[in-house]
Amino acid sequence: MRGALSNGLLGRLYTWLVIAWLSLPILVMIVFGFNDTKGKFNFVWQGWTLRWYRDLFAIPDLTTALRNSLTIALIVTLAAAVMGTMIGYAMGKYSFRGRGVLNLILFANVAAPEIAMGTGLLSLFLTLGIPRGYWTVVIAHIMFDIVYVAITVQARMSAYDRSLEEAAHDLGAGAFTTFRLVTLPVLLPGVIAGSLLAFALSIDDFIITEFNAGTMQTFPLWVYGSSRVGTPPQVNVMGTLVFAFGVVLVLANTYWLRRTRKQAQAVAALPI
Amino acid sequence: MRRKLAPYLLVMPGGLWLAIFFVIPMIAMVSVSMETGSLETGFQQTFSVHHYLDMINTYHPQLLRSLKYGLCTTVITILLAYPMAYWIAFRGGRHKSTYLFLILLPFFVTFVIRTISWQFLLADDGIVLGHLKDWHLVSKNFHVLATPYAVIGGLVYNFLPFMVLPIYVALERIDKVLLEASADLYANKAATFRKVVLPLSLPGVFAGVILTFVPAAADYVNAQILGGSGQVMIGNVIETLYISNSQYPQASALSSILLAALLLGIFVYARVLGTRDVLDANAG
Repeated sequence: MRGALSNGLLGRLYTWLVIAWLSLPILVMIVFGFNDTKGKFNFVWQGWTLRWYRDLFAIPDLTTALRNSLTIALIVTLAAAVMGTMIGYAMGKYSFRGRGVLNLILFANVAAPEIAMGTGLLSLFLTLGIPRGYWTVVIAHIMFDIVYVAITVQARMSAYDRSLEEAAHDLGAGAFTTFRLVTLPVLLPGVIAGSLLAFALSIDDFIITEFNAGTMQTFPLWVYGSSRVGTPPQVNVMGTLVFAFGVVLVLANTYWLRRTRKQAQAVAALPI
Repeated sequence: MRRKLAPYLLVMPGGLWLAIFFVIPMIAMVSVSMETGSLETGFQQTFSVHHYLDMINTYHPQLLRSLKYGLCTTVITILLAYPMAYWIAFRGGRHKSTYLFLILLPFFVTFVIRTISWQFLLADDGIVLGHLKDWHLVSKNFHVLATPYAVIGGLVYNFLPFMVLPIYVALERIDKVLLEASADLYANKAATFRKVVLPLSLPGVFAGVILTFVPAAADYVNAQILGGSGQVMIGNVIETLYISNSQYPQASALSSILLAALLLGIFVYARVLGTRDVLDANAG
């Protein structure tokens, strides 16, 4: 027993047990997307089928909801990546008046409960008489996504050597050229990680979206509504595809990061 | 001059967005909460606080339940996450990032679907309980859904990665030389953990507590899908008042009360733990 403890065997076993528990609902989602269910309920295993993959878009409302989720996430990611990167870069590089307040706002945004942000924004839209729908959801998602990109980029900035920019400047590079050739390559991993996070948070968001969507449906909203009457297998299939897409994207990003790091190490090792 | 302007120009678009759609809405929420009226008669600003009193009178059981569930969730996630984060940080070897990736896997599945999956797994005659009942291992009317255990279990499941990650980051940062120094000074493993590792990992625990307690206490998806009429949380009440009943002032008052309660909780907790750790956790 003591031997097992000091070898960390118990720790390994425990870690894998928790990982298995975390993966259980994912497995259920994937497997029951292949279930040859006959009735309205997808609760009992009735054999394998690819029917739901073929009839993926057979429910028009669900398809619209998924399309809304995807386009919203895309618009939101682009906007939040630009504005969030600017904030993260400024916070990492300069000390300026108001930096403390901005930092507090970023912290408050992460710490505040979603329901308060959702009801607050809805209160604003109600007060101003703005009808809720697609664009109010876009506005809401950009609001919380800016913060996550800013924090990710700012964290990356701590690894940033400012003398690099000065060196570029001394070598005659203008502000824009310096940014494009020196600053951006250093920041890029942070920007990409932040954007992936922003996309995932947008496509997954339920609470803030529910308060500000009006009658517009996103994928999570539609699924939540269907949970009272029984979710169709198409939901499992779409969930599986989104899951697979996300996993592939993150793995590709990791691979790309490793390769560029190895290249950088190879260059650094050159005898110059 | 241009140098001085640069940070402001960079910060302006995002900063304005956050001011208009994050800071002002909080003020708008408090403002709406003091209005009087209904959807039919229209709402008038009366600067009245009577909604606050009404809401506390009517819904304090749900509010207390939410705080209780949030607290249970936080304690359980710490107990589950710490050993795991510890093992990955100190024993994970080359595969640390792989383990972290596996822990983050649930985030690639929509929050609502994850919770519905648990509803499916825990169903009264579902694939787990159904078999247990067939084998007479549990009684026929045993159920998990619509109990506090199901709701807290769902919350623990959904927020566990938020606890593992910050604790892992804090542990990973600890200079291993400190552990050797501690051993050289004749501290045994337990003493090293208590005097060196644990204090240095507290900022991570602090960050994890905020990232877990706040969303768990304010959640209504788990209570809606996994709970029953006895597990209604404050979020469910706010959702019903705001979206189904259009009782905007009442719902805003309740939402403000929840926000205040959580802020107060964080503040007290931060004071107890010491401000330095808060700032560290914030910076990290």
